Amino acid sequence: MFKTESILQRHAFKTLALALMAAGAVSAQAQEVRVMCYQDGVECDVTAELAKKFEAQNPGVKIVVDTVPYKTIVEQLPVQLAAGQGPDIARVTDLGGLSKFYMDISPNLKDRKYFDTQFGTTAAWLSPAAGDKGIYGFMSQLTMTGPYVNKTLFDQAKVALPGPKATWDDWVAAANKVAKATQTKAAMAWDRSGHRFAGPAISNGAAIFDAKGDLVVDTGYKNTINKFVGWHKDGTMLKEVWAGSGGSTYADSIGEFINGNVVMVLSGSWQINRLQKDIGTKFDWEAVPNPCGAAACTGIPGGAAWVALKTSKSPKETAAFLSFMAAEANYADFIAKTNNIPAHAGLAKKGVNYTSAQPAAKAALGVFSGGVANLSPVAYKFQGYKYNRAIMLPTVSRVTQALVGELSVDEAVNKLNADMQDAVKQAQK
Amino acid sequence: MRFLAFFFNLLEPVFALSQKWLGQSRLAWLFVGPNLLVFGLFTFLPIVINVFYATSAGVALMPADRPFSGLENFQTLFECRDYFDFQTCRKDVFWRAIGNTLQFSVIQVTLMVLFSLLTALVLNRKIIGRGFWRGVFFYPVLLSPVVVALIWKWLLKSQGVFNAALVAMDHPPIEWLTDSHWAFFWTIFVSIWAHMGFYTLILLAGLQAIPKDVYEAALMDKASPWRTLTRITLPLLMPNLIVVLVLAMIRAVQVFDEVFVLTGGGPGSATTFIVQFIYQTGFAEQIHLYGLAAAASLALAVGLIVLTLLQLKLTRAKDAGQKVR
Repeated sequence: MFKTESILQRHAFKTLALALMAAGAVSAQAQEVRVMCYQDGVECDVTAELAKKFEAQNPGVKIVVDTVPYKTIVEQLPVQLAAGQGPDIARVTDLGGLSKFYMDISPNLKDRKYFDTQFGTTAAWLSPAAGDKGIYGFMSQLTMTGPYVNKTLFDQAKVALPGPKATWDDWVAAANKVAKATQTKAAMAWDRSGHRFAGPAISNGAAIFDAKGDLVVDTGYKNTINKFVGWHKDGTMLKEVWAGSGGSTYADSIGEFINGNVVMVLSGSWQINRLQKDIGTKFDWEAVPNPCGAAACTGIPGGAAWVALKTSKSPKETAAFLSFMAAEANYADFIAKTNNIPAHAGLAKKGVNYTSAQPAAKAALGVFSGGVANLSPVAYKFQGYKYNRAIMLPTVSRVTQALVGELSVDEAVNKLNADMQDAVKQAQK
Repeated sequence: MRFLAFFFNLLEPVFALSQKWLGQSRLAWLFVGPNLLVFGLFTFLPIVINVFYATSAGVALMPADRPFSGLENFQTLFECRDYFDFQTCRKDVFWRAIGNTLQFSVIQVTLMVLFSLLTALVLNRKIIGRGFWRGVFFYPVLLSPVVVALIWKWLLKSQGVFNAALVAMDHPPIEWLTDSHWAFFWTIFVSIWAHMGFYTLILLAGLQAIPKDVYEAALMDKASPWRTLTRITLPLLMPNLIVVLVLAMIRAVQVFDEVFVLTGGGPGSATTFIVQFIYQTGFAEQIHLYGLAAAASLALAVGLIVLTLLQLKLTRAKDAGQKVR
């Protein structure tokens, strides 16, 4: 009898132990934090390195960095989030557009003040509503749109680079001279993006917002469309970038620049790593200050942000990992290795030691960092505006229709206006 | 076989009982039930959901967050000041997409049927290496549409093989994919190149099914090759030709993948077809207008239903004609 009881007890203990192990495994699974990441250069690789460091400091928490194409972040993540599926953390660029899916991590932060002090200037970009005090993440880096030039071609053509206050017309004239002298395919190309287009438009006097704060396509915007279409018609611009796609599909111009097909491109600071890696010693390249228009000499600020998402099943661990990534030493490591502009106030003040940057990349980072002071307030407001896609996307599709001759500039502007109003109306429903 | 018999024998009491309860005529529903369930879940339910989205507004994905908007999406799509001028339409790209799809379908299907027929007639003859040529024409059908489009994109891009050849011959490069007319031409060409083998195969099967003695009789009557073709081959091949015509037409209306990769719908909206419009409106743009996309897809469904009815009518007319004769 005693023996039977003992066997039964042993069985019961074994079962209990197995149940506890299983529960432990389940709880370990619950502490997994999934990070959806895209990279222009090595951002996700560096994040994975930092994640290992975090895991070593926080046993029991597993960070999984899923590296995905940028298109996935833009097209699939919003659908996943709307359907209630998604990772714990994502690196996003549609800062305001996705804000309704962000999770406030402030209740789980040990030092909320640190976030307010170091990332306070860009915190509003992530807020779902004006005046919201939540902390939803932080900018992984600041970016700024701006041009790059092929210095070797300028030298070969013996044309001097226009100075820092030169206008877009000055740059077009100079780049055309260079293209002609060096038999380069085209003088210039701009990324196929409404975000890139907005910089020259604001410089040319586009107000973007009316007195009520709603989006508006005004004379400054229309003038820029007119010039841009004209530059395509006279061969200044490389047609392939904008005319090579339909709809509002994004296409970058940096590939054409790397291949030596254009003298100058309008892209942004996030391409520095790619330029360093892909151009190497093939030719000399430089980032130059944003050309001027009648109203300003501005690009558009922006960047990517690490955001916590409401779909997270591990809010504490998510907050802990974001806190770890935002810590000055780790943030500095990320910025230095990825050659980006810091959004961290303290680090921006101290300066970053870009250990992996070559002289051209270091100089370019200096040009972009210096350009932050010249950014127009409209550009800041535009970047933080929830419905900025409502003007950016139809700009691409309608301007393309104008430059391939499907619509006149006037018709394109009217259509753009109607599309923009429709999109805002739908987004507000 | 034995196992199957054993298995069905096991089920016999269940069927007997069901027949007793339901009656013989209603028992059929029990057999088609599972199939109806699958059809309902994966075909009928999505149609109902599509109708729901088409009649709701906003950019939210979850149905609960979408306010009912009645026919507003259809009004937006079909609102035009002048239906003969796309530019006056509120959603002009939708109308351009319809126009492009119609133009593409008419040209592509005509050429597709013509080239498939010619190829089938040639491949039906005793030519040298007939098996090899049949393989060559069918090979593109086996390729993924994305692969097909990428291959042609590499050939046609501004610094692609075709332009390199032109430059080597002292000819200026041509904007194959950034000129509206050329881009449209290449979408048709690539589509025919990729799918012709499939239709050729159907017609070849039809040609081989025509009895040889009919041709022997024509030969004895000294009928000319043209007369043999028009009076014997084509009439006897007509059922296969109708199948090819209808299949090609439905496929042309649904064209998307190859063109999307090859031209992205551009330049401008020169090669934007109706399916791409739906995809772009609903998913590719960062402001997802699911309602508008759903309304456009219902419009496409109506078009496809019309084509299917046309096929049925043509087939019935053909059958009736054969019976009268």
